[in-house]
Amino acid sequence: MIAWLAAVVYPILAYLAPPKQGEVEVKSVKAGKVKDIEKDSGTIVRFGNKPVILIRRADGEFAAFSATCTHLDCTVQYRKDLGVIWCACHNGKYDLTGRNIDGPPPRPLDAFRVVVQGDDVLISRKA
Amino acid sequence: MWKRLYDWIDQRVQLGGLMEFMGKKYVPIHAHSVWYYFGGVSLFLFIIQVVTGILLLLYYKGSEELAFESIQFIMSKVKFGWLIRSIHSWTANLFILTSMIHMFSVYFARAYRKPREITWVTGMLMFFLALAFGFSGYLLPWNELAFFATKVGTDIPGVIPVIGKPIMVFLRGGEDVTGATLSRFFGFHVAVFPAIFTVILGIHLLLVQRQGMSEPMNAEANPHTEKKTMPFFPNFLLRDLLLWLIVLNLLAVLAVFFPWELGQKADPFAPAPAGIKPEWYFLFMFQTLKYIPGKVLFLDGEILGVLLFGFAGLLWTLVPFWDRKSNRGERNRFVTYLGLFAVIYIMILTIIGWVA
Repeated sequence: MIAWLAAVVYPILAYLAPPKQGEVEVKSVKAGKVKDIEKDSGTIVRFGNKPVILIRRADGEFAAFSATCTHLDCTVQYRKDLGVIWCACHNGKYDLTGRNIDGPPPRPLDAFRVVVQGDDVLISRKA
Repeated sequence: MWKRLYDWIDQRVQLGGLMEFMGKKYVPIHAHSVWYYFGGVSLFLFIIQVVTGILLLLYYKGSEELAFESIQFIMSKVKFGWLIRSIHSWTANLFILTSMIHMFSVYFARAYRKPREITWVTGMLMFFLALAFGFSGYLLPWNELAFFATKVGTDIPGVIPVIGKPIMVFLRGGEDVTGATLSRFFGFHVAVFPAIFTVILGIHLLLVQRQGMSEPMNAEANPHTEKKTMPFFPNFLLRDLLLWLIVLNLLAVLAVFFPWELGQKADPFAPAPAGIKPEWYFLFMFQTLKYIPGKVLFLDGEILGVLLFGFAGLLWTLVPFWDRKSNRGERNRFVTYLGLFAVIYIMILTIIGWVA
């Protein structure tokens, strides 16, 4: 009886779990040209199948973080008026180093590395 | 001719017992009788959902590339498509509203007490399914708001330790909200939930027929006072039908003058839009999650929120089993205060969420 049940239940449960999709591992992406990215701005960049937010601070420095809010998975944006990274879903706020400073987010945003090569801005995972 | 048809059927399936049962069915009349109608109205709205849902299925395409465009097609090209879709969306909201009123009226009247515990539990299961219908149906147009609502909604079970992640992956059909999530939600919305709902609804209605309408506790406490009643067939049923007609008119007015918006197509690489909020029936939970800080003692804020709402839902569903006083016919003030707290809390947080 148990064996029969297992023979029926196991294939169903196994079927319900989606197979892992083979993803091309992205090491770095080109986010754009330095001259095209305004100071004091934020842009969402596609990093593989994940969104990353590229921040260009008022002093011209770049920083990049995972754009997925650590609270409940919404995609964050840059709020120029507040000078913070903001999540519209539950009003979570992060400073420009990715640190959670207000609202419900429990952790900082994961940081990415930004390298300027010539005129290109490249984003890559931190080792 | 009707007589001949009746006789023909009666000879084969013996309708006599059923007719006798229907003839003896009475509805109690008292100051709170008006609440009896909300169960019937909810049933009517469910029927409208089934009919309009089947009509939408004729044109809807459940895929990431085509879902949004197919709803656009329904609303702009199909004759009366805008009306069917708008009625489906409005009915979904009214269905949850009337179910909620029905649930609270049953709660405050203690109609869940012995012997109607199973009726209450089946009602609660249907209410949770109604929320699941709302949540899964919300994603189907594949618009911006739905995309983020689904991200948040499916991430919430994901915060539960150990079992959370597999549940999230099961719901999403992967790690992220993608076309795979849409396919799953489409399947849940049009096949899994209706099938389960229909079975539970059958049990619920059967129990209501079998046990009759619950009477208020004070009426039961005075068995010698004369009770006013109304025959179910045809008096109560005709009143029910009249109300259904009024609700249908209301729906038509809402659908025509306030057509349901479609919004922007979902873009997984766009930030969540400012002012994003879920449907009104999830607003109180959404607003609560905004207030819970990131860390409360050793717990993540969202885990605390999930645990609190989970516990409250369980406590509410199991009320017939812990409210022993009402089962004995005694007044239980705690139940009243708890119910009032729930109503006031939901209303205030919903209003704040709405205005914010």
